[in-house]
Amino acid sequence: MEIPEVKRVSAVKRDYLARLAKEGKRPDGREPDEYRPIKIEKNILRNAEGSARVRIGNTMVMAGVKADIGEPYPDSPEEGAMSTSAELPPIASPEFESGPPKPDAIELARVVDRGIRESGYIDMSKLCIEPGEKVWIVFIDLHVLDYDGNLFDACSLAASAALQNAVLPYEKFDLGENKPLPVTSPPISCTFVKYEDFIVVDPSLDEEQIAQARFTVALDKEGNIRAIQKGLKGTFTIQEIKNIINRAQIHARNIRKLLEE
Amino acid sequence: MMRKIVLPGSVVGDAKEKLPGRGVFKEGDKLYASRLGIVSDKGRYVNIIPLSGVYDPSIGDNVIGVVQEAFKNAWLIDINAPYPAFLGVDNVPWRVDYGETTKYLKIGDVLIVSIVSVDEARNIDVSMKCKACRKIDEGLIIDIQPSKVPRVIGKNSSMLSVLKKYTGCWIFVGQNGRIWIKGKDEEKIKLLIKAIRKIEKEAHTTGLTERITKMLGG
Amino acid sequence: MKDGIRIDGRKPDELRPIKIEAGVLYRADGSCYLEWGGNKIMAAVYGPREAMPRHIQDPTKAIVNARYNMVPFSVEDRKRPGPDRRSVEISKVTSEALEGVIFTELFPRATIDVCIEVLDAEAGTRCAGITAAAVALADAGIPMRDLPVACAAGKVDGTVVLDLTSDEDKEGDADLPIAIAPRTEEILLMQMDGHMTPAEFDEAVELAIKGCREVSKLQREALMNKYKTFEVE
Repeated sequence: MEIPEVKRVSAVKRDYLARLAKEGKRPDGREPDEYRPIKIEKNILRNAEGSARVRIGNTMVMAGVKADIGEPYPDSPEEGAMSTSAELPPIASPEFESGPPKPDAIELARVVDRGIRESGYIDMSKLCIEPGEKVWIVFIDLHVLDYDGNLFDACSLAASAALQNAVLPYEKFDLGENKPLPVTSPPISCTFVKYEDFIVVDPSLDEEQIAQARFTVALDKEGNIRAIQKGLKGTFTIQEIKNIINRAQIHARNIRKLLEE
Repeated sequence: MMRKIVLPGSVVGDAKEKLPGRGVFKEGDKLYASRLGIVSDKGRYVNIIPLSGVYDPSIGDNVIGVVQEAFKNAWLIDINAPYPAFLGVDNVPWRVDYGETTKYLKIGDVLIVSIVSVDEARNIDVSMKCKACRKIDEGLIIDIQPSKVPRVIGKNSSMLSVLKKYTGCWIFVGQNGRIWIKGKDEEKIKLLIKAIRKIEKEAHTTGLTERITKMLGG
Repeated sequence: MKDGIRIDGRKPDELRPIKIEAGVLYRADGSCYLEWGGNKIMAAVYGPREAMPRHIQDPTKAIVNARYNMVPFSVEDRKRPGPDRRSVEISKVTSEALEGVIFTELFPRATIDVCIEVLDAEAGTRCAGITAAAVALADAGIPMRDLPVACAAGKVDGTVVLDLTSDEDKEGDADLPIAIAPRTEEILLMQMDGHMTPAEFDEAVELAIKGCREVSKLQREALMNKYKTFEVE
């Protein structure tokens, strides 16, 4: 059952956030261009070929990488493949329900997937075992454990961190020694929301609940744009979007440093 | 000094000497805790003061509710309990004609209501006909764990007085863990929220009122 | 087994290393993170809250709804997301085991939702899941007559041993996971597969209960740790 938005946010909370926004303030006291603390833990699981746990404030996401062998697509016989899935399980929020992924989870997975795919983070040309016959298929699974806003950035960062140290399990398939997953430099995703004409980075749950529009941009190492997703029913002006992308450049550089630590 | 914390199944008394109170059950000649908390056994009863858990509504509690649904002659109020409460048109200070409920209270409106009845099946009725009852139109609401409410209020409202005195804010603490704050100075509000979070975190320690007073500059 | 020592160096009656932390999640009403050998489990509790849709409500008591889930990357070969027959069965017996100690009659029409996410699996996930769920339930302030705990015993090379690893589980002769209410030693869950004589079964049950007692101590410590704080001046 879909819970109507009005039920979740009281009128008082809405008014309070709106009043703060008019003064350029956020409910948790952050600056408009301030992320919550980010914590990345890499390679923490045994069964995954690569794994990471990412926390942004109270939001917590676990990413796991598995690799399997399969047939390549006919139009790219010498390239591997990748697949990204996201789950919003009931452990992460009182509002999440079990069952097959709903549109929110599918959108989330696809946006993360686009950033990785379009930035060429995984070097697909090095995933070929036998041209036209056997290639590596890389599965990225995102499992949200605690939801307090900004899943796009948490999931993207968790996926990048999990891929960073992932291993291709050649031994498991009697194909020789395990090799590191060939990766280049990761995409960095930055998400902003807009409410009351106030645009802030890294929205908390409170802010997401009253947000009118959302914007996610994935940037590569050179600061070029590799993926974009505008979400929700509100709108942005072209100028607002240009500003967002400029603001994202600084965040992306900082987060990239954290990831490479 | 630390207070003794008990867990479900911990022995908390002798059934021949004391009676099982809240959070306590009797089995054989012993009394056991049914939930995590601190033992209080000064009177005839052994009670457990819970340190966690959802709000358990009881008659007379003043709580902060949010209108969740409007019917022809009543509203359904989310009171942060396992069950929503029923606010009938007889229990509001206005004369509401049939089908006109949304003229008075809309979905998302925030109210202070008083719990007037809880039956065995946990059907809950609330009323707006109490002294503190009203519709809240300004300020902000923060949520704390309902089990920490007694600490935020303190013995004879001692903690609440400290919070009010040093921040100059208007504070209403709902028994259900929702706190209404109204103040002019944003910095003071920030400090107040920080103090409330500290109380929430350190609820099971002693000397808390003194530490909060110090923190607020007293 | 060699000279009474198992492949991983443990004695027959020795548990794998266990680490438990209570109250680790922000949104959940109660939570627990548990590492047990190679198992990594996150458990959370929501509720009691009104059961939805309304027709599933029981007017006399709360429903206990445990959901055991293995994440896709928790096992050697990626598991498709979502429940399979095995996890549905484990969810059912876990719900029943936990319901056995919860005072459900205090919360008519409500549901108590227990989420168990297996993040990394290495044999004994159901016992680890129940053990973590129990800590999460206590952390959520759910009234219970005891703090349930689970552990398995089994048989490897004809010897009854405690807490099987995945190799022992695969190669072994029998596996017997149990969950108990430690105060009364009532059995809340028992499953078994393999082959045991009645005498071996008696020995295995006794050993599993001994294991449960050790794990129970760790559960209690974890909860005390969360609620313990600095000495006050």
